[in-house]
Amino acid sequence: MNVAGVWTPITKIDNVPLREGRAVTVGGMEIAIFRLEDRCLTIENKCPHKGGPLCDGIVSGATVVCPLHGQRFDLETGMPVLASQPGGVAAYPTRVEGGIIFVDLGGSLKLPEEAAA
Amino acid sequence: MKRQLVVVGNGMAGVACVEQILKQSHNFEITIFGEETHVNYNRILLSLVLAGEKSPEDIVINDIEWYQTHDIRARLGVKITGIDRDKRVVIDEDGGETEYDKLILATGSSAFIPPIPGVEKKNVHVFRTLDDTRALLEKARPGLKTAIIGGGLLGLEAARGLQVRGCEVTVVHLMDTLMERQLDSTGGQYLKRKIESLGIRVMLPQQTAALFGNGRVDGLRFASGEEMEADLVVIAAGIRPNADLARSAGLEVRRGIVVNDYMETSDPHIFAVGECTEHRGQTFGLVAPLFDQGRVLASAITGNGGPAFTGASPAAKLKIMGVDIFSAGSIDESEPGVETVRYEDPSLGTYKKLLLKDDRLHGMILIGDIEDEHLYMDWMRNGTDLTPYRRQILFPPRDADPGREVADMPDSETICGCNGVRKGEIIEAIHAHGLTTLAGVKQCTRASTSCGSCTGLCEKLLRAVTPDFQEETRTTLCACVPFSYEQLRDIIRGQQLKSVEEVLNVYGNRKGCEVCKPALSYMLDMVWCGDHEEDRSARFINDRVHANIQKDGTFSVIPRMRGGVTTSDELRRIADVADKYKVPMVKVTGSQRIDLLGIKKADLPKVWADLGMPSGQAYTKGVRMVKTCVGTEFCRFGVQDSTSAGIELERRLENLFTPHKFKMGVVGCPRNCAEATVKDLGLVGQEGSWQVVVGGAAGKSVRKADLLITVETTEQAMEACDLFFQYYRENANYLERSYDFVERLGIEKIRKETVYAPEVEKTKLLDRLARAKALAKDAWLERETPVHPTQFVQIQPMEVPPT
Repeated sequence: MNVAGVWTPITKIDNVPLREGRAVTVGGMEIAIFRLEDRCLTIENKCPHKGGPLCDGIVSGATVVCPLHGQRFDLETGMPVLASQPGGVAAYPTRVEGGIIFVDLGGSLKLPEEAAA
Repeated sequence: MKRQLVVVGNGMAGVACVEQILKQSHNFEITIFGEETHVNYNRILLSLVLAGEKSPEDIVINDIEWYQTHDIRARLGVKITGIDRDKRVVIDEDGGETEYDKLILATGSSAFIPPIPGVEKKNVHVFRTLDDTRALLEKARPGLKTAIIGGGLLGLEAARGLQVRGCEVTVVHLMDTLMERQLDSTGGQYLKRKIESLGIRVMLPQQTAALFGNGRVDGLRFASGEEMEADLVVIAAGIRPNADLARSAGLEVRRGIVVNDYMETSDPHIFAVGECTEHRGQTFGLVAPLFDQGRVLASAITGNGGPAFTGASPAAKLKIMGVDIFSAGSIDESEPGVETVRYEDPSLGTYKKLLLKDDRLHGMILIGDIEDEHLYMDWMRNGTDLTPYRRQILFPPRDADPGREVADMPDSETICGCNGVRKGEIIEAIHAHGLTTLAGVKQCTRASTSCGSCTGLCEKLLRAVTPDFQEETRTTLCACVPFSYEQLRDIIRGQQLKSVEEVLNVYGNRKGCEVCKPALSYMLDMVWCGDHEEDRSARFINDRVHANIQKDGTFSVIPRMRGGVTTSDELRRIADVADKYKVPMVKVTGSQRIDLLGIKKADLPKVWADLGMPSGQAYTKGVRMVKTCVGTEFCRFGVQDSTSAGIELERRLENLFTPHKFKMGVVGCPRNCAEATVKDLGLVGQEGSWQVVVGGAAGKSVRKADLLITVETTEQAMEACDLFFQYYRENANYLERSYDFVERLGIEKIRKETVYAPEVEKTKLLDRLARAKALAKDAWLERETPVHPTQFVQIQPMEVPPT
């Protein structure tokens, strides 16, 4: 179990191209890190619909569109953009320092299932 | 002897009124004074000039020839400063006097400048005239911090125009609802969301207390104490009638020049028309009622008598592409006896609200879906009893007979409210000039050239009157960049835009989405023939890693096998790859190729290298394959060498991209074993000739291809293929398969513009194809030179967290 409040250095920011995502397996889970103009955001790399790799989706603003069936998620909260869409994904606090992306792997922002449904 | 008619004001209302007078009488010698030095232009289209959609020349209504033809003396750039009503002369600023028998004041209105300290500073503008527009265009540049004071029609249109020019625009509005005179607060919310989604910031309610800066404006200070930086400020806080001339001449003036129902002022020799007037306590800011006024004035001044002007119910439409807003009549729900019917869909951005009184339509707000605007306006104007329609009032059924609506209309009914064009005039023009397109109607009658809200009606009229009506198809790409494909191609070419981000930042909402980004990527590649800034983040994953993503996130790999012909060496390498990477499935495809399924992203470059074959482009909207039969080489029925021709065709076009996937087939005899007649492009061999067929399909749709041309030699067949291929690349909408494209345009038009086009046009098409082909390369070569270090490589975390 990852502890909240611990910032794990993941990779150099240059390894993630602007407006794209990259998958990383760390701490027993697979996360997708996205690089936006002014910050990086991290969510769980598995679409709750059919398991699509969200890191490979097209980024639109601060949302990502799953490459398999077009489900769309808010990168800040992991919540689905359309209320009609079931479930969300976990979102992890992310910061960039000295050109390194750090993720708080225990600080998942995933809301309780009933709130996400 | 002719009587002297003097018109002060060379704007839309004054000149439209003169046009009406000319229709009714030739007994006037007419002089028009205009303070602006321009001929009469369409002021309501200035926002489109600002946005670059129209040029200043496009919005001229009456060119100088018009004045000459009608013997009108145009005194442009001359300001009238006084009226001597006893001598019946107007006095210009140089003291010159011009006599009149009748005088028309059409002095219009000016921008209202609120008494905010600092409005005199440099770079504070208003937006009212062509000169204002030019001044703004000179200042506008990408990244310029721009504040628009005023969130009404004009303010929003100015905001969009400047934002399209690349400025960073914020709209500052005093009230808590945008366009509050036309919309309720819910409607205002919808509008705000749309405006914000275009990338314009909206601040409300926000009162501007002062503009600061040393000589030049640097920003705004609000009543709340907050401040905002701005290098350009546009004030769009409403208009005031220009009534000073009338006031100083002693005419009755309140907010505007007071006129009666015949547009007469308090002096029987002086009339007034347009935005300078006040009628029954009402002043005017929208164009349609001004044409009614002009017509009434013309009847009165020529002594023909006629209808009276009884006022106008307001109707307003926002002219921002992609933001459909229409409001008309009263929107005051609190009025006694008013009932409200409403519908909203936040995801679609649709909001409709109808106000009914005594079962009659009293007012409306339409957002997002303004399809029924004309029907509703008819109901409102005619006071139609709506009892029978109540159940479907928000979605009135479309008339089964589309000609019905226009057939019911009297010839005298105004179709184009902006330019005052009636049904009868349009029908006359259609017959007289044999018009078959909307463009023709626009050119001959000027109907539908302003706000565009009568476009649908003009089209219905065309459809009803001419059997040869040709519909214009304009599909908007998506809400992020609300322009048609044609417009976007023009924008990319004309504005020299070379990246998806540039297009989105200037013409879109700065975000883009999975629909528009790949489409724009394609368009840039096509327009610049590959000489542009490729942005992989705007591409679907398949085009980032050149393989087709599967349901489990792995990829499929299909190497190119031209004409479906392979060798034992290739087959051996494929078999070795299948073993080495433990490929879960090896499958022969319907396109005469071999598919390796279940490859991991990180293995892709190694697999390609081991295969030693080029990409088959099976993952992209591009040239797929040429399926062939064995032809004369082995087949005893073959009459053409289909395998060689197919391989040659594939070599010519491979590695190029198309609006949708593009499949080809070549068969050596009409038995059609490789199904060339259900391919996007096919060659069917005959004894001594090739049939070139296009637009076939055997997928979701099944369609037999149309014959483009029959030619004798293989070389001629290849040229015909090249021509059609490039024509499709340039003119089809993104994701439009060739079979939809061929049906949309019609094979005859395509023939005319490809194989039967003048040599010079053909050469241009072929040159552009050659240029694109010269830059096209096998995407799998990125295995050696990836566009990014982690394009295929799995990132390993720097540190494994403690468990």
